[in-house]
Amino acid sequence: MNRLAIELPGLSLKNPIIPASGCFGFGKEYAQLYDLSQLGAIMIKATTPETRLGNPTPRVAETPAGMLNAIGLQNPGLKKVMENELTWLEQYEVPIIANVAGYTTEDYVTVAEAISKAPNVHALELNISCPNVKQGGITFGTDPFVAEELTRAVKAVSSVPVYMKLSPNVTDIVEIAKAVEAGGADGITMINTLLGMRLDTKTGRPVIANVTGGLSGPAIKPVALRMVYDVAKHVSIPIIGMGGISTIDDVIDFLSAGASAVAVGTANFVDPFICPTLIEQLPQKLDELGFETVADLVGRSHRL
Amino acid sequence: MIRQQQMQVVQQKVIATNIFELTLTGQLVLDMKQPGQFVHLRVSDQMEPLLRRPISISSIDEATLEFTMIYRADGRGTTLLSEKKPGDQVDVLGPLGNGFPDDKIEAGQKALLVGGGIGVPPLYELSKRLVEKGVQPIHVLGFQSEDVVFYEKQFQELGDTHIVTADGSYGSTGFVTNVLEMLDDDFEVYYSCGPTLMLAALEKMYPEKQGYLSFEQRMGCGIGACFACVCDTTEKIDADYVKVCSDGPVFPSGVVRV
Ligand SMILES: Cc1cc2nc3c(=O)[nH]c(=O)nc-3n(C[C@H](O)[C@H](O)[C@H](O)COP(=O)(O)OP(=O)(O)OC[C@H]3O[C@@H](n4cnc5c(N)ncnc54)[C@H](O)[C@@H]3O)c2cc1C
Ligand SMILES: Cc1cc2nc3c(=O)[nH]c(=O)nc-3n(C[C@H](O)[C@H](O)[C@H](O)COP(=O)(O)O)c2cc1C
Ligand code: FES
Repeated sequence: MNRLAIELPGLSLKNPIIPASGCFGFGKEYAQLYDLSQLGAIMIKATTPETRLGNPTPRVAETPAGMLNAIGLQNPGLKKVMENELTWLEQYEVPIIANVAGYTTEDYVTVAEAISKAPNVHALELNISCPNVKQGGITFGTDPFVAEELTRAVKAVSSVPVYMKLSPNVTDIVEIAKAVEAGGADGITMINTLLGMRLDTKTGRPVIANVTGGLSGPAIKPVALRMVYDVAKHVSIPIIGMGGISTIDDVIDFLSAGASAVAVGTANFVDPFICPTLIEQLPQKLDELGFETVADLVGRSHRL
Repeated sequence: MIRQQQMQVVQQKVIATNIFELTLTGQLVLDMKQPGQFVHLRVSDQMEPLLRRPISISSIDEATLEFTMIYRADGRGTTLLSEKKPGDQVDVLGPLGNGFPDDKIEAGQKALLVGGGIGVPPLYELSKRLVEKGVQPIHVLGFQSEDVVFYEKQFQELGDTHIVTADGSYGSTGFVTNVLEMLDDDFEVYYSCGPTLMLAALEKMYPEKQGYLSFEQRMGCGIGACFACVCDTTEKIDADYVKVCSDGPVFPSGVVRV
């Protein structure tokens, strides 16, 4: 028996470690470093109906134990992602979670319908939480009614289970989580980045060309953990947790708080081998804590 | 091949005000193929500062498995790097990107190498390789002021070297372009690394010449995955954008919109 295995809607994960969307491209770069088949799954870069060129640079800035980014969902567009990136990824034994983005409900529906038919796409992750685009993105993730309607619209056309990616930039994340559950979401991924900014102290000018950006990295872990804990308490669909994970202890914390699997974003930039390293460290950590399987550990903080 | 390795500090020297020369050793050196490639360094094993720092490879010695970088200790990361001592380890990811091609020019021909400030370092390995090939390099190196001038002698040993400082405290006064205006343009190819404004001025000065320019951009991953480091392109190539880290940092002149 594989102690690390986790079963989620659409996803038979051989382990719960997944590189997060936008931090792993479409896998090609990291494939130069290690065998992608080791990974639990891969969350690919957000895909929109058409090519998107993204925001002006600088697009990133370092902050205490974190970073801001305003990439602006740059991606080659649905057609090229399907023809080039997803077919290339088929050589690996790893389920793909396709991150879907857009300006309008129609955008999400178009991408979801088409991309969910790719043979290696086992689930969708609806990015209703990108803080870096002017329209769409986050507006779908901050209004419970809109989030629920979008979930329903995408569920109606998707050939695979649908996970909604929640934004932390809301007053009550539980309300949004309940709304997407009511809309028929198969799962939740959380959290996306926290809206933030950095100024050049000398000039007073924002460091990021887009003025604001999304905060990620170790700095956001306490916020993410609290949100996963709260949402896990109030919904019954599974959660893939993320936000600042960079050590095996972070992985354990998210699983304990109620996530069934985790995604690792910014940490890939610091240590490109972080995902295989965490996978390797997980069995020993389970032993130390006295758990037989990852599944046994999930949600333990709620059972104390 | 890109690798990640803990490399050992062989030497760290101050060579001008706040300018450091750092030599590291390790097997990774054997993968360094082209001048102009860079490495991505982790300067701390803590969460602060978090991101890696991109620094150009300045010279490569396969025989001793050593390579050298020259950098300005400026912000938090490079200041921490400047505190490393012989025997310390540095986490290196590299070699990254595509460097200066040295096969675009033949023995007996002249090459113009133009560097600005901390853009000068990668030109050193390039010049050594060009000289080995029988190419005659001409160096024009610009700095802010006398106290930050470095490697004048090293470049002189390889070919004609003109130093220019913005404040006139050493060499000629002004910008590299002031010196270039006075030089013959009988070179075959030009190579440059430095501020974007300088690169733009060179493209304008030598529209008919073959040039290779090294660009800088803020980075996340350093390997092409995060789309942090993109630049707009001109009509000259069939791509809407290029990534400095994995398509560059060196591009043929006219490719990046400056
Ligand atoms: C391909 C490439 C090659 C380079 N080669 C050299 C070199 O040989 N010698 C040298 O002195 N410098 C070089 N630089 C610039 C060097 O990366 C920055 O000076 C350094 O990252 C600044 O870090 P810090 O900790 O001092 O500053 P901080 O202000 O603490 O840096 C904060 C963040 O901004 C980034 N950053 C700040 N300035 C720059 C910059 N100019 N370019 C890119 N990122 C920056 C840092 O990497 C970090 O993520 C190169 C940059 C690139 C892109
Ligand atoms: C450079 C960068 C690009 C990102 N791009 C996307 C994206 O395209 N779609 C998305 O849903 N999330 C994107 N994210 C958010 C991450 O997937 C993740 O939710 C967030 O960064 C928190 O995790 P971390 O702290 O481990 O990075 C991006 C994050 C970063 C740092
Ligand atoms: S730094 Fe990530 S793509 Fe270039």
